[in-house]
Amino acid sequence: MSANLPNPLLEAKAVAKHFGGVKALQDVSLTIRKGEIYGLIGPNGAGKTTFFNCMTGLYVPDGGGFVFDGAPLVADAPDKAAARGIARTFQNIRLFGNMTALENVMVGRHVRTKAGVLGAMFQNAATKAEEAAIRQKAIDLLHYVRIEERADDLSRNLSYGDQRRLEIARALATDPKLLCLDEPAAGMNGTETEQLRELIDGIRRDGTTILLIEHDVKLVMGLCDRVAVLDYGALVIEDVPAVVQKDQRVIEAYLGA
Amino acid sequence: MNFGRFFRSTAGIALTAAFLIALPFVAAMGGQAWVRILDFAILYVFLALGLNIVVGLAGLLDLGYIAFYAVGAYAWALLASPHFGLHWPIWAILPIGAALACLAGVVLGSPTLKLRGDYLAIVTLGFGEIVRIFLNNLNSPINVTNGPQGITLIDPVSFGAFKFSGTTQIFGFALSGPQKYYFLLVALAILVIIINVRLQNSRIGRAWQAIREDEIAAKAIGINTRNLKLLAFAMGASFGGVAGGIFSAMQGFVSPESFSLIESIMILAMVVLGGMGHIPGVILGAVLLTVLPEVLRYGVGPLQMAVFGKMLVDPESLRMLVFGLALVLVMRFKPAGLWPSPERKRELQETGK
Repeated sequence: MSANLPNPLLEAKAVAKHFGGVKALQDVSLTIRKGEIYGLIGPNGAGKTTFFNCMTGLYVPDGGGFVFDGAPLVADAPDKAAARGIARTFQNIRLFGNMTALENVMVGRHVRTKAGVLGAMFQNAATKAEEAAIRQKAIDLLHYVRIEERADDLSRNLSYGDQRRLEIARALATDPKLLCLDEPAAGMNGTETEQLRELIDGIRRDGTTILLIEHDVKLVMGLCDRVAVLDYGALVIEDVPAVVQKDQRVIEAYLGA
Repeated sequence: MNFGRFFRSTAGIALTAAFLIALPFVAAMGGQAWVRILDFAILYVFLALGLNIVVGLAGLLDLGYIAFYAVGAYAWALLASPHFGLHWPIWAILPIGAALACLAGVVLGSPTLKLRGDYLAIVTLGFGEIVRIFLNNLNSPINVTNGPQGITLIDPVSFGAFKFSGTTQIFGFALSGPQKYYFLLVALAILVIIINVRLQNSRIGRAWQAIREDEIAAKAIGINTRNLKLLAFAMGASFGGVAGGIFSAMQGFVSPESFSLIESIMILAMVVLGGMGHIPGVILGAVLLTVLPEVLRYGVGPLQMAVFGKMLVDPESLRMLVFGLALVLVMRFKPAGLWPSPERKRELQETGK
C-alpha cells in the first residue's frame, strides 16, 4: 500500500508483535518520508505505543522489521536506535527528576559526544571544549523550547507543560533524524496544545521529520501531512488527513460499529 | 554561606590545609590511638567516596562493597609479606590491587546488569559474603590466604628507604607511623575527591545519574546502560582496592574478619547518612561514623562515673545503643542526609511545607 514513496526515512515492513495470545501488532507496514509530520492514531489499545516501542528498540518485534535511512534498523537495543537518529518522548513523561532541566538536555548529548573517564579525570583540552559545547547546545535547546528561565530547576519541579517541552528538548539534543512524540498533548489545555502545535511545526521546519502519536484528532488532522490509523493492531489506512477523516472504517473504529 | 566557593578561595584552601596539617599533632596529644582513628576516618572517606560512585551517582545499591576492599587488602598482603616471601614495591602492588578489585567489580557487575534496587542489594550482599568465605577457606589444599588466621608481618608502605612505619625525624619534628600514614591518606583522599567532583560533572557522570533516575529514558536517548553500569562498578571497586591495599600496609595484618557484612553496611550508612551523591556530605558521613563510635567508646564510661558515680551500663553495649539511636534520629529528621546537595535540600523543604 505504501511502497515506493519517494524519500523514505523509515519503512516498517510487516511488523508483528504478540504478547501471549494478544496480537498487539499484525503485519503493520507503513512509510514515513523525510521532512513530513506523520500522524499515528487509533483508539486506546490499538497498538500505537507498541509500534513505537518496537521501532525504538524497547521491544523486539516477533515478525517483520524496519528500514531506517536506507539501512535495516537492528532494533534490539534502544541506545542503538538513538545512535541511528531516532529520538522519542514518552506518553507518561520520563525525565531525570533529580537533575536540573539543563542537565537533562546535556545528558541528551551523550550519544553525540565521546569524553570518557580519563578525559573527565584529567580535564584535557578536548574534554573541556566538548563540555562547553554540550552546555551551549543544551542552553540553545532550552531557548528553542522556551523554558530557558527554568534551566537550573530540578526537572521534577517544572510544570506539566514545561516538562513536556523539556522532554522534547532532551530528545532534540540527540540530533535526531526522526523525532517520535508519544501523545505530547495528553493532559494539555487548549492554549498549551496550540503552543505545542507551533513548536512541533517549527521543529519540522528546521528539518526534523516527526512521528506523532496522538489522541487529539483535531491536532493530528491540522498538523500532519499524512496519517496512519491503527485498530486492533492492524493498519486500517495510511493517507492524507482529508481522506482519512472521511474513511468509513476509521469512523467505525473510533465510534464503534 | 557557599561552602563550595569557600573551599576554592585562597583563604579557604589555606585554612583547610592548616587545619588538616595541624590535626594529627593535636590528636597525638590524646595519644597515638587518636591519630590512628583519624587515619581510619580518612580511609573510610576514601571508601565512602568510592561507593558513592556506585550508589550515589549510578544508583546501584551495592551491599557487598567491602569485597573489593578485601581484594585490594589481600593483594597487598600476598605480594608484600613473608607469606609467599614476596616484597614487591608499592608502585607495582597498588595498581595490581586496584586492577584485581576492578576485575572483581566487573565480575560482580556483569550478571547483575538487569537487577535493580532490592534485588541487586541481595546479590551484591551475597557476593560480599562469598569473597569473605573464600578468604576464610583458601588455606587448603594450597595455602593461599592462610585462612582465618590471616596474614601477618605485612610490609608497610615505603618509598625507597622512607618507611611509613615507626617514627622518623623530619625537620626536627618527630613523625610517628600513624601520622605519616595520615598525610599519605589525606593526599590520596584529596585525589579521590578531585576525581569524584570531576566525574560527577562530566559526560560519564551525567549518564550515571540519568541511569539512576530513569533507566528506560536513559536508554532511549542513547546511553549504553550496560557498559556504563559496568564502568560504575569497576570504578567504585578500584577505589575500594586501593583503600584495601593501604589498610593492609597500615595494619600489618589482615584476616577475613575485617571484611564482614557489617563493614559494607557501615560504608553504605556513611554515604546515606552524609547525603547520597553529595561529595561533602559523604565525607562528613564517613568522618562522623568513624569518629563517633570511638568518642563514645572513650567517653561513655567516664561520663557515667562523673554523673552517677558508678558504672550503670556496660560502656560497650551503650556505645552501640547511642550510635544506633543517633542513626535513627538523623534519618528521621534529616531524611536526605546530614549535608544533602542544595537541590535535594530545596526540594525536601518545598515538599515538607
